[in-house]
Amino acid sequence: MSFFGLDCVTKTERELERKLRANDREYNRSFKYAKNAIKTSKYNVFTFLPLNLFEQFQRIANAYFLVLLVLQVIPQISSLSWFTTVVPLIFVLTVTAAKDATDDLNRHRSDKRVNNRKVQVLIDRKLRSEKWMDVQVGDIIKLENNQFVTADLLLLSSSEPLNLVYIETAELDGETNLKVRQALTVTGDLGDDVEKLADFDGEVRCEAPNNRLDRFAGTLTFAGQKYALDNEKILLRGCTLRNTEWCFGLVLFAGQETKLMQNCGKSTFKRTSVDRLMNVLVLCIFGFLVCMCTVLAIGNYIWEINKGSNFTVFLPREDGNTAGFSSFLTFWSYVIILNTVVPISLYVSVEIIRLGNSFYIDWDRKMYHSHSDTPAEARTTTLNEELGQIKYIFSDKTGTLTQNIMIFNKCSINGRSYGDVYDYTGQRLEISEQKDSVDFSFNPLADPRFVFYDHSLVEAVKLENPEVHAFFRLLALCHTVMAGEKKEGDDQGELYYQAQSPDEGALVTAARNFGFVFRSRTPDSISIVEMGKQRSYELLAILDFNNVRKRMSVIVRNPEGKLSLYCKGADTIVYERLHQSCSKLMDVTTEHLNEFAGEGLRTLALAYKDLDEEYFNGWKQRHHEASTELDDRESKLDALYEEIEKDLLLLGATAIEDKLQDGVPQTIEQLSKADIKVWVLTGDKQETAENIGYSCNLLREEMNEVFIVSGSSSDDVRQELRNAQTSMKPSAAENSVFLPEEKGEGVKPMKDEVVNGEYGLVINGHSLAFALERSTELDFLRTACMCKSVICCRVTPLQKAQVVELVKKYKQAVTLAIGDGANDVSMIKAAHIGVGISGQEGMQAVLSSDYSFAQFHFLQRLLLVHGRWSYLRMCKFLRYFFYKNFTFTFVHFWFAFFCGFSAQTVYDEWFITLYNLMYTALPVLGMSLFDQDVNDVWSFQHPQLYVPGQLNLYFSKKAFFKCAIHSCYSSLVLFFIPYAALQDTVRDDGKDVANYQSFALLTQTSLLFAVSIQLGLEMSYWTAVNTFFVLGSLVMYFVVTFTMYSDGMFLLLPSAFPFIGSARNSLNQPNVWLTIVLTSILCVLPVVTYRFLLIQLCPTINDKVMFKVRQAKATLPPPPRRTRIRRSSTRRSGYAFSHAQGYGELVTSGRFLRRPAIRSAGFPQVGRTTTGFSPMGRSAGYSPTGRPQNLKVSDVEVTSLQMYRTITDPPLSHT
Amino acid sequence: MVRIKKESPDRPDNTAFTQQRLPAWQPILSAGIVIPGFVLIGLAFIGVGVGLFITSRDIQVLEIDYTGTDQTSDCNKCTNPNTKNCVCTLSFNIDTLFKGPVFFYYGLTNYFQNHRRYGVSRDYKQLYGDLANFKDPSTDCAPYRLDSRNNPIVPCGSVANSLFNDTFKLYQIVNGQRNVVPFDGKGIAWWTDYNVKFKNPDVTPLQNAFNGTVKPLFWTKAVYELDFSDPSNNGFINQDFLVWMRRAALPNFRKLYRRIAEENYTNGLPAGNYSLEISYNYPVLSFNGRKKVVFSNVSWMGGKNDFLGIAYLVIGSLCVVMSVVMLIVYAKFKFPEDD
Repeated sequence: MSFFGLDCVTKTERELERKLRANDREYNRSFKYAKNAIKTSKYNVFTFLPLNLFEQFQRIANAYFLVLLVLQVIPQISSLSWFTTVVPLIFVLTVTAAKDATDDLNRHRSDKRVNNRKVQVLIDRKLRSEKWMDVQVGDIIKLENNQFVTADLLLLSSSEPLNLVYIETAELDGETNLKVRQALTVTGDLGDDVEKLADFDGEVRCEAPNNRLDRFAGTLTFAGQKYALDNEKILLRGCTLRNTEWCFGLVLFAGQETKLMQNCGKSTFKRTSVDRLMNVLVLCIFGFLVCMCTVLAIGNYIWEINKGSNFTVFLPREDGNTAGFSSFLTFWSYVIILNTVVPISLYVSVEIIRLGNSFYIDWDRKMYHSHSDTPAEARTTTLNEELGQIKYIFSDKTGTLTQNIMIFNKCSINGRSYGDVYDYTGQRLEISEQKDSVDFSFNPLADPRFVFYDHSLVEAVKLENPEVHAFFRLLALCHTVMAGEKKEGDDQGELYYQAQSPDEGALVTAARNFGFVFRSRTPDSISIVEMGKQRSYELLAILDFNNVRKRMSVIVRNPEGKLSLYCKGADTIVYERLHQSCSKLMDVTTEHLNEFAGEGLRTLALAYKDLDEEYFNGWKQRHHEASTELDDRESKLDALYEEIEKDLLLLGATAIEDKLQDGVPQTIEQLSKADIKVWVLTGDKQETAENIGYSCNLLREEMNEVFIVSGSSSDDVRQELRNAQTSMKPSAAENSVFLPEEKGEGVKPMKDEVVNGEYGLVINGHSLAFALERSTELDFLRTACMCKSVICCRVTPLQKAQVVELVKKYKQAVTLAIGDGANDVSMIKAAHIGVGISGQEGMQAVLSSDYSFAQFHFLQRLLLVHGRWSYLRMCKFLRYFFYKNFTFTFVHFWFAFFCGFSAQTVYDEWFITLYNLMYTALPVLGMSLFDQDVNDVWSFQHPQLYVPGQLNLYFSKKAFFKCAIHSCYSSLVLFFIPYAALQDTVRDDGKDVANYQSFALLTQTSLLFAVSIQLGLEMSYWTAVNTFFVLGSLVMYFVVTFTMYSDGMFLLLPSAFPFIGSARNSLNQPNVWLTIVLTSILCVLPVVTYRFLLIQLCPTINDKVMFKVRQAKATLPPPPRRTRIRRSSTRRSGYAFSHAQGYGELVTSGRFLRRPAIRSAGFPQVGRTTTGFSPMGRSAGYSPTGRPQNLKVSDVEVTSLQMYRTITDPPLSHT
Repeated sequence: MVRIKKESPDRPDNTAFTQQRLPAWQPILSAGIVIPGFVLIGLAFIGVGVGLFITSRDIQVLEIDYTGTDQTSDCNKCTNPNTKNCVCTLSFNIDTLFKGPVFFYYGLTNYFQNHRRYGVSRDYKQLYGDLANFKDPSTDCAPYRLDSRNNPIVPCGSVANSLFNDTFKLYQIVNGQRNVVPFDGKGIAWWTDYNVKFKNPDVTPLQNAFNGTVKPLFWTKAVYELDFSDPSNNGFINQDFLVWMRRAALPNFRKLYRRIAEENYTNGLPAGNYSLEISYNYPVLSFNGRKKVVFSNVSWMGGKNDFLGIAYLVIGSLCVVMSVVMLIVYAKFKFPEDD
């Protein structure tokens, strides 16, 4: 990349193993590991000019103009002055360089900001505050709460018991759940003793830098002992330290070698497909140019032989110039003259148009989010028209589609549903911000952020309705949440909850607000404040959650000594375990559950049962035995759990809303109407992803089928994919045989296939790993593309990028990736367009994105309005631009046949210079900056208008060819009409008008009129500015022409302005004007006829909508629909989706608690051999092979899901 | 009370321009515009076409080729390049009055005045009377910049060098008598050429300005002695020279030689027999060129040119036809209005 980058390149003997020693900079330096400074910028002061120029001259056009410049200096060839090329070339280079420089400057700034963050480093036995960039491998650094992790660290010690630290990995994988890391005991004993830490001289041997976030292997040698290191002891750069006062870590990887940076794909120079097409066309044009010049050179040869050699009396050849040499020179002369087919102003104009359209995005108030005060931003100004061609959108889930906020929305208690607000007539009201919410002031411990609108529930609580109380008591007792009190800030002492899943947090918070405040817990007790009274429950057992059980229970003894079991779980599971006496209540509750599910809420059923002391003691005994059993412990425990969780009494159900970002379902609906396919790539669990898929309209009940791919081997996955294909398209099987026979060379684009019906596809991370293997990727892609929507869950950042790359490779379609976290960076960089959600904490995604805004639903405006317009404008611009320049140039070609192929220009040289710069520049720019076929409201009304962009209809090779044909026609008219009209004619006073200068003037005036009228035809949105530009340019032409052909200019520079008097002497002739009118009208008439007939015979979608707009002009367009999408869903969600197994154990083991750990209180450690715990968070299950425990997990998931499906799809009435 | 809400500076401005809501006229190619438009344009074109056609038809043109390739022609004797100062005579008769003013042109065909190398071969400064360029003509003039003895040529360049040098005299034969038809050679060049673009050096006598220079190689007379009869018609502002220097657009061209509008001929050339005496100097046979003389009168639309009228008529009619076709298509297929 840069000269500084060179030393990286030379050091390519790949690092196989990393060796380092703590606190020994000398030793570590000998390996030349990367420093902690990061660099995303491209240039520095010295490399800017050569590198940038080198990049710019890689553009064919720029290089071409350089060649042209050289040609023009040769006098024999030069048919135009040299400065006509130099000035625009320098202008273009400067503008582009300036833009690149500012872009890079911004990158430098952000690098600097990150590099200059401070962190405490142990140097010379003292903690010193150092900049991030100065941190080196082998340093020991101290992190404090809420700090970003500086580099990839080996955790040494922490303030928390058992050397645990809590980290948030949102920046890495998007998950906001806290994760736990634990240091080795031997290093944990170092504590925060600086002296001891400074003496620490452990040596680490570990793997070389890589991008696997979930895996780490290494050893620590300290005091002669070897300790194994795994991922659980590593803090990765990009994480944030939470709930941990301090911790110490040893830097293992720094800067570019951290896993975070290794995961960021290379930033590549993005080009739009129009750009690429333009490059191809420019090449074609060069080819065409060479052809034309060859034809003319041959013509010249023939002419020289036949005529020129005879005409030497009056036009002698220079010494030694034979006909052959003359034709050779002619070739180059025509190269210069005809260069206007690719004028350099094309590139400048394209840049200006893109810049203008980027500004529109920045300026758009409808993409400004007032809540977070963030306007939309076009961070790249070169990709606008691509926004109008998007076919695939890859979206992150958390933070992009959802707000990652869980809200306790509704509940059903004892057959009564709470949560909806009704007006006097019994009509359900839409809950909006303005509605007055329930006042929780009676409860001093209430969480002020909690809002609820149904007043009847709080009434019920106040009336001490026993079921309602039991309901909330259950919520306050049955969970694994930890409570704490804030230590700092304004709200000091305020109660806060640390929930393992946001669902659970929402439930406990709801109970808190309704007067059942969970205060604290110990491994064997839970204390809650019940309607103001402090009560302590003895916690006897936690029957923990797992994927199969889909429920959790607690067994508690209340202060009065009564034993109860409280259970919450997936409704279907809980229902199976209810007592018959509840059957009536079940029916009512089922109805409510259906209603909740229909609104996309996550539901849970709650049940309880009182236990018999005697029975429980017996059970406890058996439980103890089972948990100390060596084989088959799990199933025995399960059986025990099963035994006690039966004959439960139903209390009710809860409904939690995983709050989507505003307008997400509507946006997705709009996008799908625009024929854009949305794929969700998330690191989240399958159930969560699926549920969100339903609630944001991506998956629908009406879909014929939603395929779940979760095979655990390459063959399984392929088979599942093939099966899906056959069920979608019975004929697909035969075709698939031919599909994978792509033999390395040249990737065949895959065609879109039509299937009958709508389908969805859900695939999870490790299946995806198989699906992305070379042998399976085509099957995967084919299946995925046949489906309406695709959800990939548990994917790593790199897999996200791989999916994007796969689609890019085989589908000739434009892709867009949208995300908010660092885990989305690779995909944002890989896609044609990357969009970052801004206004949130992490900025990584935004920094590497091309566009950023605050809300997902702005995407529809970005695409359907800005993108569509940009594409339309760019295409109109290109079509018109090529037309006007081809027409201009072709006239020279025809004239050649009448001037002895002598490279005589048709027009005045000044006209040639100013044609693109002055006479036609502003009108076409005006069109490309202001044009819109229909306004934004109508664009939203008819998302189908977006489809032509995806199909490249507005500008393609075909369209270009049409342009060329049209130009050919126009140029013929433009040459031969004046030719015939001026032939042998004279002025009305008998004087000469058929001279070269008058002919030039006549032709160029006709040309200008013709192209201006043509522009008028192209333009569909005549603002005052456009009109001014068009008319102004014509006026300008006459002003400039008369000025340049005036006496004064000639007297100033006789040889530069030889056209003196031509304007006066020709343009006062009626026949000249009649010729101009005839020529320009004749150029346009066939176009009008053609277009009119086309509109009548086969109108495009644009024509139809424009026609409709016209009809509706009197009546204003209807306001955009704001109806809430209600799905008649019978689908219900399972238990707390983001919940993970293992927390119950932790809670009872007391390891979470801030007090000396008490070993095995109540229950002994069950079944786990590992220290710490391994939550099934998303860090598990990444790597495709060689991890038996992962495979086992997947098995569990498969069965659970299938179970879940079969049960939850009963033919219930649609509500 | 109106609460003034303070806007964040980051919030984009709400202007018609930034929000792309500029008021605009949005025309579309609807039948209501296109079909009547075609009819109107068609009718207008037909009207103009008829006018042009009639005007053009009324213009009289008499064109006589005198290249002399035809054995029977008197000028045949002059085709031999060795013949010097050859004079030939052409006889012709006019049946009806040739309405005046009559313009007398000479025409050349297959002559590439529009060739680039021919065209650039001149020195504008020299022709503007710049004495510096008398001594050192522009390099554009090559190979007619210096003669073999390195004397600068004035006027230099191919265009000047190839000045047309046939001269004509017209006689009306009245009762066997040859009456000279007077030619008017004044003001046949563009006013701007005569007054601005070309200028003699401010030296009197004019001849002195040309000391140390040589006349163009093909010329028999120097530029300051082109017209013996009228001393003011000499040098660069000689009318014939000016006419020649305005180079033609196409290989076949005619250039104005004289006007016939004096004495008995103010109304034109009466019917009768005429004889044209040509001093035949200009060689065109080497490049298969033709020489001709043209008598023509003019109208408001200039010289005779049938093309423009016919073109207008044809295109006008096409417009009308197309409008009918479009009307049929529109009535039959109509714009499908449903979505």
